[in-house]
Amino acid sequence: MKAKEIVELLNAKAIHVHDESFLEKEYNFAFSSDLMSDCLAMIVNNQDELVLLTGLCNIQSLRTAEMLDINFLVITRGKKLDQDLLQSLGDFNINTFSTPYTTFEASGILYKNGIKATDVDKEILG
Amino acid sequence: MLTKKYLVKEKDYVNAGKVSSLIKKELKTIGVDESVIRKIAIASYEAEINMIIHANGGEIIFSIDDEGVITLVFADTGPGIPNIELAMTPGWSTASDDARQMGFGAGMGLVNIKRYSDTFDLKTSQEGTTITLGFKVI
Repeated sequence: MKAKEIVELLNAKAIHVHDESFLEKEYNFAFSSDLMSDCLAMIVNNQDELVLLTGLCNIQSLRTAEMLDINFLVITRGKKLDQDLLQSLGDFNINTFSTPYTTFEASGILYKNGIKATDVDKEILG
Repeated sequence: MLTKKYLVKEKDYVNAGKVSSLIKKELKTIGVDESVIRKIAIASYEAEINMIIHANGGEIIFSIDDEGVITLVFADTGPGIPNIELAMTPGWSTASDDARQMGFGAGMGLVNIKRYSDTFDLKTSQEGTTITLGFKVI
């Protein structure tokens, strides 16, 4: 699914678009979490076509996406974004959006429309 | 041989990860493979976060030798890790409420650090903790 379709499905507002051409790019996987170490532990592939959904509205959601080479981030529940995140957006190559849906709803909408869960490293949890 | 030293401050949640970001950029500049950079960046970010949320900041030393081996040293003077086995257990965390609000405390930090590094050494006492990570780039 194209990024612009995901944006439309989630009724998402652009906070920062690094490169307009990204809207035409295919994204077929998603991962949702508010815990950044979980993202770092569980996301092992598909980074270049993965959208990260999180309720974490501070700069660490951007840093986590940066470390994982993820360039599509959606902050859920229409949360007010922290000043440190807003002030730092220009330093990251990460297309950042805000959706009014909760993480559960946003994940459900994408799943229903064919976005798949990315492979996760189940062994790490023992 | 290239060596760089960075300082991180205690409880500086806003800048947490900045050093790892600089290291990631440095690795890109010298042309390291992207998947290797990602491994190093994740391990470095987790270790940097640990220094900020559990210790009182400290020093990160990044070096790359002529054989393409990257070494990262994370040295703090914090209270040390009382039980390494527990700390290495996936999901076990002692992060404060402040740290949790920043998205930390999943209990996956040390697990991720060890998993993504080629060599892992942890020394801890009541005077501080030093983690040394090695990565083969070539």
